[in-house]
Amino acid sequence: MLKTQSIDPAALDMLKKAAADGIETVWDRYEAQQPQCGFGSLGICCRHCIQGPCRIDPFGQGPSRGICGATADVIVARNLLRQVAAGASAHVDHAYDAVEALELAAQGKINYPIADEHKLRAIASGLGLDATGEDLNALALEVVKVAYADMGNHSRKPMQWLTAHAPKERLAVWESLGILPRNPDREIREALHQTTMGMDADPVNLLLAAAKQGLVDGYAGLKLATDMQDILFGTPAPVVTEANLGVLKADYVNLIVHGHVPLLSEKIVHWAKALAGEAEAVGAKGIQVAGVCCTGNEVLMRQGVPLATNYLAQELALVTGAVDAMVVDVQCIMPSLAQVASCYHTELITTMPIVKIPGATHIPFSLERADEAAQEIVRKAIAAYAKRDPRKVRIPDHRSTIMAGFSVEAITGALAQLDAEQPLKPLVDNIANGNILGVVATVGCNNVKVTQDIFHVEMVKELLKNNVLVVATGCSAHALAKAGLMNSEGTGQYAGPTLKAVLSAVGQAAGLGAPLPPVLHMGSCVDNSRIGDLVTAIAAYLGADTSALPVAASAPEPQHEKALSIGTWAVAMGITTHLGVVPPVLGSKQVTELLTDGLTGVIGGKFYVETDPVQAAQGLIADIRAKRQALGLTN
Amino acid sequence: MKQLLVRSENCVGCKSCEVACAVAHSQSKTLFGAVLEAQSPRKRVFVETDGTVNFPLQCRQCSDMPCVHACMAGAMHREPATGLVQVNAEKCVGCWMCVMVCPFGAIGESPAHQALKCDRCRELDYNPACVAACPTKALQWVEVDRFAAAGRRSWVEQVKEGNSHA
Repeated sequence: MLKTQSIDPAALDMLKKAAADGIETVWDRYEAQQPQCGFGSLGICCRHCIQGPCRIDPFGQGPSRGICGATADVIVARNLLRQVAAGASAHVDHAYDAVEALELAAQGKINYPIADEHKLRAIASGLGLDATGEDLNALALEVVKVAYADMGNHSRKPMQWLTAHAPKERLAVWESLGILPRNPDREIREALHQTTMGMDADPVNLLLAAAKQGLVDGYAGLKLATDMQDILFGTPAPVVTEANLGVLKADYVNLIVHGHVPLLSEKIVHWAKALAGEAEAVGAKGIQVAGVCCTGNEVLMRQGVPLATNYLAQELALVTGAVDAMVVDVQCIMPSLAQVASCYHTELITTMPIVKIPGATHIPFSLERADEAAQEIVRKAIAAYAKRDPRKVRIPDHRSTIMAGFSVEAITGALAQLDAEQPLKPLVDNIANGNILGVVATVGCNNVKVTQDIFHVEMVKELLKNNVLVVATGCSAHALAKAGLMNSEGTGQYAGPTLKAVLSAVGQAAGLGAPLPPVLHMGSCVDNSRIGDLVTAIAAYLGADTSALPVAASAPEPQHEKALSIGTWAVAMGITTHLGVVPPVLGSKQVTELLTDGLTGVIGGKFYVETDPVQAAQGLIADIRAKRQALGLTN
Repeated sequence: MKQLLVRSENCVGCKSCEVACAVAHSQSKTLFGAVLEAQSPRKRVFVETDGTVNFPLQCRQCSDMPCVHACMAGAMHREPATGLVQVNAEKCVGCWMCVMVCPFGAIGESPAHQALKCDRCRELDYNPACVAACPTKALQWVEVDRFAAAGRRSWVEQVKEGNSHA
């Protein structure tokens, strides 16, 4: 049981209103689920065949094998592989939609102009294509062809998006382990096959297959999606806006975009501006778009759209009574939103063929009729504004200023002000001399098992105090944004002395007139690829393997299968990856040992589970110090 | 006085009570801690089934106490303060007389080869972990009269239903 649901003052305020309004929230349902099943929590329940369900007695008195003979080790490893494959499938599906969008855009069949010529040429050139041609659409189609070739690769050659972008030292490691993915869809299919009844019973082989799924996610999911979206919508550059429910406005039409893919939310942002006059005609001062989850991060990074809140408070956004419409695309959308929306005037709008919620209005979104759908959605929000009940409205007065938009291009752009020839040099020099002890990427979700945002915020404060530079994505970035860790004042308040000096110098050189924020917002969950790109670039600059760098990752409050697949990718990149919530693997001593230690010798990375934020920070710092020492750097 | 009572028709055989019982008798009292302990903790509740009826069974705390009468070492005893039959581990010699006379088969063997049975979660201030863990309320920690009253109400409902169908 939690002592407090959240450390976000806006969420706590809305929880009181939810109680007064009789609204059931995720925290109520979590309590009703207590205690949660021990077999499931340990990962030792198998439902893969219908001779089962089977479960293993974790205390050794009851059955030690399932009906087919599978041990706890096999069951845990199989379950984990399926979860990682499911996470990877979400990102590959996302990326595929983005590839399709670029193809149709380049063919002139849809109204999505190519926004970033520079990125398109950079990607094309990285793929070994002739990127000098005048015809951008033709070049985009060449790039699309490579992406599609991976999705339809019937050979045994590894995916080109991976071989073109992954660190060379890592490619050799993955090849030696036999885990280079060929075709993302084939690998995901193979993982489902491999985990059916009567298939793989070797926990080591199953975990290597999970590592392969991590690579599928990293390159055919995250990296591919980010690249396509940057080409279509532009590579993010620093932008200043605000975060938390206080960004909603009492006298505006409030429209929340929730989900993950910018193909819809970019259009919503466009049409919300274009149709502002219609909002004024019904008595509103305009239309305020705000984001929840990663589609919020996408339009924050590129359009400066403010963040409403993160995953765990999605229902509470509606409890303000001030949201006229919430439009959702895919992933992390609680089905309960329909029930909450029905208690207010809010229009909950689903848009995707694979996400329909009874009680919501479904407005089908397709690339071909994106503008029509977006207009229809904005007009629904305007119409709902008239039905808003002022007696039910309470917007919590909490919001923090944030600077976001730190793509790799934006970071190297700022560093180029210090060294135009070798922009990574100032960063690497400051890591080498110890001004920056190391870099930790905090990523991933909220999880109702953890007081909302506390792990992100407390762990990051401890890291910053110790001069560790933090970069963040996803709901972790939202949490840190809300807590005031993404603005220049945060640098003064939380960064250790030498980190503060570096952030101030870069901030001045880049013409900000203030330090860089202590936590750099690098985007959505698929934008973990940007962190991968940065690590890859630093490793290439140094001629070192990524596993040698004083760099670590953390998912402080993971809930989604996507967090497991992203984390598996990070481990396959050779990076120590912390989890603040225990994943369902402790039912197998062998699997637990392999994940946290046993596979490190061959793959370089490992999972590190610690459920206390300050201890987790100290554990990550110890890991960074050990890597510094191995590199001969001072501690 | 509350008793551990069972609505066997609600038992789906998930064995959550068994896991919770073992955890409640572990050093750490947490699931993740318990699975990592060198000596696995032992459960004292057993979900038995004949294929149609599932029944989570543990020491019934019989008032005629056959196990106490059979115990020659004085280990099995009724605690005056609580009225509960408990095992004194300092006295138990592992002769298993109690196991043989228990009509429910509710007494097992501890890792130290002594009698082991449900202690009504003494270390948890007598809040039985199996009851807290039961997702269907098949296991209840309730006064006998209240349990019986609920049974009577359920019977009346059945009669009413039977009449309405007639």
